[in-house]
Amino acid sequence: MKAFLILEDGTVFEGVHIGAEREVVSEIVFNTSMAGYLEVLTDPSYAGQAVCMTYPLIGNYGICKDDMESLGPWLDGLIVRELSRVCSNFRSDMSIQQFLEDNNVPGISGIDTRALTKLLREKGTMNGMITTKEYPDVAQILPSLKAYTTGKVVEKVSCREKYVVKPTLRLEDNGPLSGAARFDREAYERGVREPRPTLVKELNGAGLRVALMDFGAKANIIRCLTERGCEVTVYPAWTTAEEIIADGPDGIMLSNGPGDPKECTSIIKEIKKLYDTEIPIFAICLGHQLMALATGADTYKMKYGHRGGNHPVKDLATGRVYISSQNHGYVVDMDKLDSKVAVPAFVNVNDGTNEGLSYTGKNIFTVQYHPEACPGPQDSRYLFDRFIQMIRQSEAREEHFVIRQSEAEEDTYSAQKCGADSKCCNDREEKIVEKGGAPHA
Amino acid sequence: MPKNPNVKRVMVIGSGPIVIGQAAEFDYAGTQACRSLKEEGVEVILVNSNPATIMTDRDIADKVYIEPLTVQVLEQIIEKEKPDSILPTLGGQAGLNLGMELEESGFLKAHGVTLLGTTAATIRNAEGRQEFKDLMERIGEPCAASKVVETVEEGVEFVGSIGYPVVLRPAYTLGGSGGGIAYNQVQLEEILENGLRLSRVGQVLVERCIAGWKEIEYEVMRDSAGNCITVCNMENIDPVGVHTGDSVVVAPSQTLGDKEYQMLRTSALNIINELQITGGCNVQFALHPTSFEYCVIEVNPRVSRSSALASKATGYPIAKVAAKIALGYTLDEIRNAITRKTYASFEPALDYCVVKIPRLPFDKFITAKRTLTTQMKATGEVMAICDSFEGALMKAIRSLEQHVDCLLDYDFSGLSVDELKSRLKVVDDRRIWMIAEAVRKGVSYEEIHDITMIDVWFIDKIAILVEMEEALRTQELTPDLLREAKRIEFPDSVIARLTGKSQADIRAMRHENSIRAVYKMVDTCAAEFAASTPYYYSVYGGECEASAETTNHRKKVLVLGSGPIRIGQGIEFDYCSVHATWAFSRAGYETIIINNNPETVSTDFDIADKLYFEPLTPEDVGAIVDIEKPDGAVVQFGGQTAIKLTESLMKMGVPILGTKAEDVDAAEDRELFDKILEETGIPRAAGGTVYTAEEAKAVANRLGYPVLVRPSYVLGGQGMQIAISDQEIEEFMAIINRIAQDHPILVDKYLQGKEIEVDAVCDGTDILIPGIMEHIERTGVHSGDSISVYPAHTIGKLVKDKIAEYTRRLAKALHVKGLINIQFIAIGEDVYVIEVNPRSSRTVPYISKVTGIPIVNLATEVILGRTIKQLGYEPGLQPEAQYYAIKMPVFSFEKIRGAEISLGPEMKSTGECLGIAKEFHEALYKAFLGAGVNLPRHKNMIITVKDADKGEAIEIGRRFAKLGYTIYATRSTAAALNEAGVKARKVNKISQESPTVMDLILGHRIDLVIDTPTQGRDKSRDGFLIRRTAIETGVNCLTSLDTARALVTSLENAGRELTLVDVARL
Repeated sequence: MKAFLILEDGTVFEGVHIGAEREVVSEIVFNTSMAGYLEVLTDPSYAGQAVCMTYPLIGNYGICKDDMESLGPWLDGLIVRELSRVCSNFRSDMSIQQFLEDNNVPGISGIDTRALTKLLREKGTMNGMITTKEYPDVAQILPSLKAYTTGKVVEKVSCREKYVVKPTLRLEDNGPLSGAARFDREAYERGVREPRPTLVKELNGAGLRVALMDFGAKANIIRCLTERGCEVTVYPAWTTAEEIIADGPDGIMLSNGPGDPKECTSIIKEIKKLYDTEIPIFAICLGHQLMALATGADTYKMKYGHRGGNHPVKDLATGRVYISSQNHGYVVDMDKLDSKVAVPAFVNVNDGTNEGLSYTGKNIFTVQYHPEACPGPQDSRYLFDRFIQMIRQSEAREEHFVIRQSEAEEDTYSAQKCGADSKCCNDREEKIVEKGGAPHA
Repeated sequence: MPKNPNVKRVMVIGSGPIVIGQAAEFDYAGTQACRSLKEEGVEVILVNSNPATIMTDRDIADKVYIEPLTVQVLEQIIEKEKPDSILPTLGGQAGLNLGMELEESGFLKAHGVTLLGTTAATIRNAEGRQEFKDLMERIGEPCAASKVVETVEEGVEFVGSIGYPVVLRPAYTLGGSGGGIAYNQVQLEEILENGLRLSRVGQVLVERCIAGWKEIEYEVMRDSAGNCITVCNMENIDPVGVHTGDSVVVAPSQTLGDKEYQMLRTSALNIINELQITGGCNVQFALHPTSFEYCVIEVNPRVSRSSALASKATGYPIAKVAAKIALGYTLDEIRNAITRKTYASFEPALDYCVVKIPRLPFDKFITAKRTLTTQMKATGEVMAICDSFEGALMKAIRSLEQHVDCLLDYDFSGLSVDELKSRLKVVDDRRIWMIAEAVRKGVSYEEIHDITMIDVWFIDKIAILVEMEEALRTQELTPDLLREAKRIEFPDSVIARLTGKSQADIRAMRHENSIRAVYKMVDTCAAEFAASTPYYYSVYGGECEASAETTNHRKKVLVLGSGPIRIGQGIEFDYCSVHATWAFSRAGYETIIINNNPETVSTDFDIADKLYFEPLTPEDVGAIVDIEKPDGAVVQFGGQTAIKLTESLMKMGVPILGTKAEDVDAAEDRELFDKILEETGIPRAAGGTVYTAEEAKAVANRLGYPVLVRPSYVLGGQGMQIAISDQEIEEFMAIINRIAQDHPILVDKYLQGKEIEVDAVCDGTDILIPGIMEHIERTGVHSGDSISVYPAHTIGKLVKDKIAEYTRRLAKALHVKGLINIQFIAIGEDVYVIEVNPRSSRTVPYISKVTGIPIVNLATEVILGRTIKQLGYEPGLQPEAQYYAIKMPVFSFEKIRGAEISLGPEMKSTGECLGIAKEFHEALYKAFLGAGVNLPRHKNMIITVKDADKGEAIEIGRRFAKLGYTIYATRSTAAALNEAGVKARKVNKISQESPTVMDLILGHRIDLVIDTPTQGRDKSRDGFLIRRTAIETGVNCLTSLDTARALVTSLENAGRELTLVDVARL
């Protein structure tokens, strides 16, 4: 079936319909990752957007459900050059076509994705419509395309209720260390698929409890913490600072998420309160922007954003350059930064835009890009270790220790005991109640 | 980190002659790196024995030594030139090994020379098998269970513990020389013994066989600050078991999810970090197809064939960046030359698919085994870019220039399903076609996968092409079907064939429906940033990014490249294409190169104003012409590939610059050419043109045997043979006619004499001959396989004058504008013409360099209307140089099992090296040394010659005996030698009882075998076996007595300190 992509400037691309049969108006963005389309599909940060993959051959390895970054796709539509008709991977559960259909996501294939990308690069991000209907007068629908905004998408993608994710208690439970996987033919023939390999060699976060504010968090943020031994409590985006502080976390993470950060006015107020505590905070992407806004800085919308797995980011503390996974359309305005509050810690080598901040006099650092990767390079995973180290070193942490010591008597859950002694953690595990309801794994 | 100020004079080691496993990619990398160093104000001292390269040009380096690549020579150059640093990672394995030897002996330290880039310790860790394994173990990166062994017994014992099959890889050899897979003890012992001998350090790695796993490569860059990036990854369609150089390779990987992709990427970065590589590095992985298990196969801590491919596939100039890193820069300080906005510290994002197919030499070595193994056999490769895999595959197939345009062109339709299945078990160069036939016959994807272990994704793509063949054959050709066929790059010729329409009909239908090729840019960033370097590939459908626009209203010229490197058409033509491009550019033209060879300098993004990475067929070139509307095209520099396009270009209305097409034809067309010879009064061997074996036999009998049989319009003497009987005529004609011939076959009387070669520039009136070259081997050995001496030293002035005069007459009669190459035979004072090629030749770079006359430049200027006199040259034969420059052919016989090594009219060498010195003998010695003939070792040799050669063999034997050689000879040769007073020990023939001549060779105590073949090509003959055994055990084997005489002459004069010549100052 024919399908059309109509852009707000009146450009029409004709292609072939894929996915669900549904018309959708959305913001059109492009992503330059060459692999990892499933992670893109299921990244909640794409809520309110339709994504054009610049790599032309999509769907080659099908859908491996284990690799989903949330319970389903969040983007409004998928735009590809060519969808593979076979999916070839030992873990593949279904085809991308099936996945899109099942999740009611429409899309278009067979269009000149490079021409579309160039258009978005030159004119900036635009709104557009994916449809199977042939509009005789395109001009007539353009006003409705122009009127589209992503709106308050954070509330849509955040979990409904607070829930706790258990930490890894034994290193081997993380799955095989990358490079240590061994193919077991017998198990394979029984249908056993070895788990994804991990890179974590040490449970340096054992005993720590991290609060994660979920603005549309990718599952791998949680995994990066739990596989290091941290227990993660995930809070809906609208949770008050008081509630989080009352739970006494050792550290707080502000997640990635979709949309214009300035729309999140009430969340920003809560974040300011978190800032005012001494609890160490690490923020990613939208979280990074919200922290900046909460502390008096400004953000602006970029012409066409950064979306892909090849952006170089310089860590200003070390001068080292890392290739990062990125997905953002807004950025913190460096010109309006008050160095008494925060200083740039990371910068994009290509265009010099801000990629991270270090907060003066605080145990807070934030990054614009995605150290959790998925998709993309794993080079920046060290930031999770840096976060854990920051928690361990912070004086606030020591104060917490004192408070926790007294709790420990009734709870038998102490950071000091935990880690080495798995029994006490097992006790704790039973008390953790999964409060799902949220879209995240 | 800014540039290291201590680096001012850098010695760069090149890779030497082109051999299988080490080809043009190192000229490309070396040239790019040298230019990058010079850009930084560093003085470059270049050493490379290969005169055909661009890197050995005076514009590329400050000092150029085309000298043998030996430790002794490098030490002498270091003493003379006193460089402060040396860069050994650009010259392939050969360059790296030399750099290591200099370092290990302490010579560099003693002379205050720093090894730039990656350190010696790193190279040892990466290249030494055991060191590497230990290091991988330490950082938790898996290698296949393996052991480095130094004896056969040790190997057998180890395999006893891990089981068969096992892979064997000798340490420090190129292209996997001497390696292989052993399935049993007999094979193990055979391969191991050979590998141990070939390894520089006498070590072979024996490892668990991971054949059938996915083979994935990453190209990684790291700077001294520890910043790491991957330039791209590549997936071999052929799983582990076939050398990556012989595999069909796709970039980026197609069947890896993000999890596998990132797992291996992270591993590659871990490895390069642990090794502390500064520069480029290639990491090869084997990935289990149904799990996350992987093994690190190997690491190459230098630029490589894969890095050349990755550079061309992504637009990221690896060698250039590696050179800057060696000078101390970090990745974030180096600009991305394509976007000029971003920096080298990013990873290219591709928005297209790249397919590389190796060019295998089985069309040259028809007796050779086509089986592909871990031992590389390809001489070159082609690359194609498209927005679909099918399209890239189809383009790559027709770029090979093997008369193959689609998946139907190797016909396996006669095989049954069972036969197909069993043939699929053996990997050869036609496996893709075999799979296509299996798909046609209904074999399931799973079954094909189970046999070949090729991922079903690729099998499905082949199936899509097969389905299109079927659709075109059976359905009505609608515009939609045509559009789809073009999207997956079916050429018009194939569509015409399958639909029963004419090619013109197809083209007309395409144009009516606006189905035309459009061009997209390779920009390193998937259009995320605007790019300023026009490097294009075609797709069907969508927006066209190329246009006819030029800057400053310049005239546009199309330079046609020479396609893949193959025997007979090598790097020399790339040299010519690049120089012509530069000359046109200097003359104010906008230059456009079309080529498809990823290994070459011509396809570097900054050589021409525009680069089209496309097949060189009339249709593909025509589509570019439609867009660019060039003012002219030049075909005389791109070898036969470009010449073949002349007629089509003229039909497109593109003026051919330089010698006209009809004059090119006149040189090839027997009758026209005979007429010209008659008019100009130049004699040639009698002959005739034929189509059939019957006609050929008639002509041969009229002329009298021996006769020379050859097809017209070929390069490198392809299919050329000397026939001595009717039976041989039948045999050779059958071989030639396996491919339908558009032109008649030539049968000439074979004349034996001195072969003389001349390259000249003609402006229509005057000619310029830089020099006359004389071949050491008598006529009958292809000029490309002969040792060539400049200046000609055994012919007198009279003959030279005659040659100059004949050249003048021929050039004028053929209205040559530009280059002409002529081969003559001199018999006494008589001179006969053998053949005339009004185009560039194999000897152009060599003669340019050794005479200091830039003939490609001059030819280009002449093409543009200037005269030789205007260019400041006195017409005619130029004064002879005061030294001898000898071009020595280099062969890769040991790589191609079953290939007949005896020299004849068909070219077999893959490369060449130069020996240059004031004295003839020294030049000759240097040339042999450069070709790797390093004697003596054991001072034992074998002579076995045919009866007719016995007289000459006695004289040669006497001279070797005088040098202290012990001569072994088969019965009749021994008798002849002893009778003449040359002491020779008789050895038994192969069929006789042990010890035979074979045992002697296999005993590794022999330096040299001289074996002149008896006529006929019967493989089972003793001679063939002796020659193959010698080659495969690394023993020098000569099949021409002329070569043998030259060798003994050079040995008689060996041992003296070599003199060095800076070619840049000639």
